[in-house]
Amino acid sequence: MGANLKEVRERIQSVNSTQQITKAMKMVSAAKLRKAQDAITRLRPYSNKLEEMMSKILAGLEGDTSTEYNKVRPVNRVLVVVVTSSRGLCGAFNSNIIKATANKIDTDYAQQRDNGNLVLACIGKRGFDFFKKRYKKVKVVDDYVDMFADLSFENVNKLTKLIMLRFKQEKYDRIEVVYGSFKNAGVQIPTVERFLPVDAVQATDKDENITEIGYIFEPEKEELIRQLVPTILQIQFHKCLLDTHAAEHGARMTAMDKATENANDLLKDLKIHYNKARQEAITGELLEIVAGADALG
Amino acid sequence: MKLIVLSPDREIFNGEVTSIKVPGSGGSFELLNNHAPIVSSLAHGEVRVRTKTDEFKFKVEKGFIELLNNEISLLVQGYEEISE
Repeated sequence: MGANLKEVRERIQSVNSTQQITKAMKMVSAAKLRKAQDAITRLRPYSNKLEEMMSKILAGLEGDTSTEYNKVRPVNRVLVVVVTSSRGLCGAFNSNIIKATANKIDTDYAQQRDNGNLVLACIGKRGFDFFKKRYKKVKVVDDYVDMFADLSFENVNKLTKLIMLRFKQEKYDRIEVVYGSFKNAGVQIPTVERFLPVDAVQATDKDENITEIGYIFEPEKEELIRQLVPTILQIQFHKCLLDTHAAEHGARMTAMDKATENANDLLKDLKIHYNKARQEAITGELLEIVAGADALG
Repeated sequence: MKLIVLSPDREIFNGEVTSIKVPGSGGSFELLNNHAPIVSSLAHGEVRVRTKTDEFKFKVEKGFIELLNNEISLLVQGYEEISE
């Protein structure tokens, strides 16, 4: 009976210390999540203003709005950018993104996958580890695997510019991005998005409010669009990364919260076990004493 | 005039200014009070801002500027401070 008591006490201790770790990890993730969300919020005024300028240029425009990023070519070579986290312990977050990626490749790009015309660029170690092992025929690139260490626009933009250049050079005919879209701390949606080619921006109807202002456009509208479109694309890609970053911490926070809760349930059960065992031990001892006293008397 | 300078990572400046000179892609130009509405792209170069009491400069790689009703929005990439 005594051995059982000791066993239960040890288990309680170990669950307790595990719970402390999950609790701490939850707190850390909550703080990091707030920071990651801040970065998304800071990007918003910039991207809003860009879009506002774009809509002003497009109002009543009659010229050609297509750019080199709108060219739809037969899909020979495909680049898929997989954005996962570099660390685990965040529930099904990474495996959901990986699943969405594999699904997309197997349904839409099976041919390119089998004849070696598919390249996977992985941001975040988890995706890289998976695809390196499973997709032998596919070239898996890990040059940008550590992108999350520095998520400044400048740093991310190096990759974005390269991707866009490769598309212009016709090295890739289609570029897809798979990432974890951040909805809230509890909900992350694995999202597959076609990054390039994009649909050409559409000229909108003449807006009297804008025409009346009589903007001077410098250089002319068509050229401005050719400069705005790549900037908007860069912002879009940046947002995918910021989103995944926030989503990762959200997922980890939720996972660690669940783990802490589970530990609580476990502790409750164990404590009942422990008390029962203690009670039994005391009863046993009492019986022995009474029996001993009887024998003496 | 009100000026707000934004980079993708943060807000760089927000306040009253008296003039701003920017490297437009068609040549450098200066915006003063009551300038006509304009939307322009910027080339690599130097931006000079004057406020009532102060003057400061910074470099940009590229960007866009919009002025409407004495409110200027300046979107920059590759912001770099110039220390005097």
